[in-house]
Amino acid sequence: MAEMTTAAPPNPATSRHAWTLLFIAWLIAAASTLGALFLGEVMHLPACVLCWYQRIFMFPLALILPLGLFPHDARISRYALALAVPGWLIAAFHQLLVAGVIPERIRPCTQGVPCSEKVIEWFGFLTIPLLSLAAFSAIIALISLTFIRGSK
Amino acid sequence: MKQKTMFIVALVALLVVFVAGTLVYTAKQENPAGAMSEAAVTALGRLHAPMLGPMEAPVVIVEFLDPACGTCAAFYPRVKQIMAANPGKIRLKVRYAPFHTGSDKVVAALEATRKQDKFWPALEALLASQDAWAPNHTPQIELALQQLGGLGLDMDRLRADMTAPEVARVIAQDVADARTLNVTKTPEYFVNGRPLPSFGFEQLTALINEELRARGSR
Repeated sequence: MAEMTTAAPPNPATSRHAWTLLFIAWLIAAASTLGALFLGEVMHLPACVLCWYQRIFMFPLALILPLGLFPHDARISRYALALAVPGWLIAAFHQLLVAGVIPERIRPCTQGVPCSEKVIEWFGFLTIPLLSLAAFSAIIALISLTFIRGSK
Repeated sequence: MKQKTMFIVALVALLVVFVAGTLVYTAKQENPAGAMSEAAVTALGRLHAPMLGPMEAPVVIVEFLDPACGTCAAFYPRVKQIMAANPGKIRLKVRYAPFHTGSDKVVAALEATRKQDKFWPALEALLASQDAWAPNHTPQIELALQQLGGLGLDMDRLRADMTAPEVARVIAQDVADARTLNVTKTPEYFVNGRPLPSFGFEQLTALINEELRARGSR
């Protein structure tokens, strides 16, 4: 793999760690993407506006992260964060809306499917926005770790 | 190359899970009327709903409708045509699914007209004049009541009945049953308990004809 590397990181060991972190981040993004497609296209659950915005940031992650894996390009972390952070913010906002912390008054979507509606609640707490928030958090954490390892 | 192999294995695994999940889920969804859940059978079988057509009709259509829904208004006369073409063979049961904001009041008025035996003319008047009382898909109860003016209803009694607890009970029951039956769009039809395979007037006609053939040849 190393001979194909364009932005060669200094140490092959840290590079392999960074690669693994990015790979796991991709796994999460790909699983989230397919999961969202399953909920929407197979189960035909209605997607509210906030859900669509989260998809806008999650779907490209599943596509661009592999571009940073083959060949391994550490700069992908920067680009991926540009998607993951806004996605996380929307997911966090959505979660607060569902939890009722943010009042109905500033709910962004009153027509169509209200975003505060819980379409699914697994095990009594696991809602779709919570899954999304967890996925974005994990992706951001994994990508941030590549920076820390890279700077060593 | 190990990394590439790992990536491809993971990608294939994810896709396999997705496809398998899709197959399992759709197979589960496509259960025939015979395999309907007990709750769904109860929800469809309720006797409080307004009905049209003979008790002994072999084909029973349960229609979930919203008086403010444009597609419901478009489908209604066509369903009546099918009923007219097969006299005595089809019974129509109307259930409320007031999904439009503000429809609940109109539905309450509709349910209240039953106390004066004017449900069917009232429903037809409302469906025919939808644009007049639901401008921009926003139902307005006062405008809707105006449309009912020509039917010889005692309007004061109607207004009083709209808030009657038994009227609210019927609507709440219909909304709960709609949820049980997974009705999320209107109109939704169940022909002898069978939902439409996909939405469309042709599919509805085909399903009705199928049931007529299956049960009407006795």
